[in-house]
Amino acid sequence: MTSTTTSVPDTPGRRKLPLLWLGVAPFAIFVTMFLLLPTLNIVVGAFQTSTGSFTLDNIRQLNTDLIRSAYFISIKISLVSAVLGCAIGFAIAASLVFGDLPKWLRAPLMTFSGVASNFAGVPLAFAFIATLGPVGVITVFLRDDIGINLRVLGFNLLTYYGLIIVYLFFQIPLMILIITPALDGMKREWREAASILGASTLQYWWFVALPILFPSLLGTFALLFANSFGAVATAYALAGPAFTLVPITLFSQIRGDVLGNPQLGFALAFGMILITGIANVIYIVLRTRAERWIK
Amino acid sequence: MTLRRIWSWIIILLGAAYFLLPLFGMLQFSLKMKRGVYSFEAYRVVLRDPQFQQTFSYSVILALLTIVIGTLIVVPTAYWVRLKLPRLRPVVEFITLLPLVIPPIVIVFGYIRLYNTSSVLPLTGSWIGTNILVLFGYTTLALPYMYRAVDTGLRAIDVATLTEAAQSLGASWTRILATVILPNVLVSVLSGAFLTFAIVIGEYVFAALLNLNTFGPYMVWMGGNRAYEPSALAVIAFGITWACMGLIQLFTRFSKFSSAKR
Repeated sequence: MTSTTTSVPDTPGRRKLPLLWLGVAPFAIFVTMFLLLPTLNIVVGAFQTSTGSFTLDNIRQLNTDLIRSAYFISIKISLVSAVLGCAIGFAIAASLVFGDLPKWLRAPLMTFSGVASNFAGVPLAFAFIATLGPVGVITVFLRDDIGINLRVLGFNLLTYYGLIIVYLFFQIPLMILIITPALDGMKREWREAASILGASTLQYWWFVALPILFPSLLGTFALLFANSFGAVATAYALAGPAFTLVPITLFSQIRGDVLGNPQLGFALAFGMILITGIANVIYIVLRTRAERWIK
Repeated sequence: MTLRRIWSWIIILLGAAYFLLPLFGMLQFSLKMKRGVYSFEAYRVVLRDPQFQQTFSYSVILALLTIVIGTLIVVPTAYWVRLKLPRLRPVVEFITLLPLVIPPIVIVFGYIRLYNTSSVLPLTGSWIGTNILVLFGYTTLALPYMYRAVDTGLRAIDVATLTEAAQSLGASWTRILATVILPNVLVSVLSGAFLTFAIVIGEYVFAALLNLNTFGPYMVWMGGNRAYEPSALAVIAFGITWACMGLIQLFTRFSKFSSAKR
């Protein structure tokens, strides 16, 4: 390792190499102990019996109705909330950037997005219970003053659809925060050039804007997906262990071995890493492709 | 043009309705504890609850310590990588983004497995050990935000020249970091710190699975056992998040002015 960007005098000779690496040693030790090893432990554990020998049995045992449906529902909720979060967030960001709205609107909206995207977990669940729960403010208002009974109409916050509505509260702002700078980066000239060549607004968006934005859109999508796929606190504060989502099942499993097989917890957790991992690999692959296209 | 404007307004207003209604709902609900009148009764009850005071201050301490540990790990690393090991940058960047990909519940599951009472390093066996574990766990959660903030801050300053200048004046590495680099990236560190604070203060999964009585588990317990107090807690938590984000904005704006003067 002799490549340094500076002419800073290094300690000469033999001591140079260790010193160079010593600088990142605390970081390396920290991430190894508290990020990489714990994760690796789970991955290895998924392929081990309780005595430590190799097995595929844990993975095979994931194939039960309970766990299959947990994965199915988790993936479905994460996909839907990520798609809706991206679409709605994009619409709001586009209105903000291209909508000829007053300029003062922008700063408070961006600050609010920063707040809302971090307002997840337990308090968020409380806010929605107070609003749309059985005795929530809106539920009661609609029932007593307008005569619309949400319950009768089949709405219940403590369902998977209700959960998506709650998740959107942090998904949409996250999308707004990430995509607005990308939209800002789009040059007016591109649009003008397209319209001179006879493109309609729709064509401009489909053939010019969308391919340019594709990498950021995709990256945000992967992030939103992982964001809701791993979320425990919001759903747990909403309905306790009643939701059979993968992270909730894993939570109950870690607390009290509800699946009746300690090794199964590893397999469950391994499945979670696998799915968020795959989502991100897809993102990276598509992103490299999209970026090549731009060049 | 006007049509576009109308549509934009409709989208913004619909969005505003979706975001403001739950906040309004939680605020209104939190004021309804006394029948028939609006009062701050729920807040009074919550704030007087010794459990609240205990768990909340516990979480505040954890958040502050997380910020200190995070700063101590992230600033020297980001600095060193920029200065001496630029080839390592993609690797370090990738690792710091991992906590966004690996679900937190998996990480804490790994902790419980790796550091349980029958392991080589039985951190979960003692009170102090569990606290160390949760602190490093929170630092892991904060890593993506902290690292990115500090790295962006370092990009704005000439690390190499500053280091050379400090070295030619005879400064040691710790002195360079503490008195030259840190003040220059202080705004970035602070934005990372406030974000970390907002994340840690209401964190639930780590605390619950490591059996720590922090603010997150307290809130969940309240949610299961009380009616109006949870809304008051949610309002308080929202206020904290808002304050953290507001302070980030404030500091960033402040730094823009000061750097413009230079």
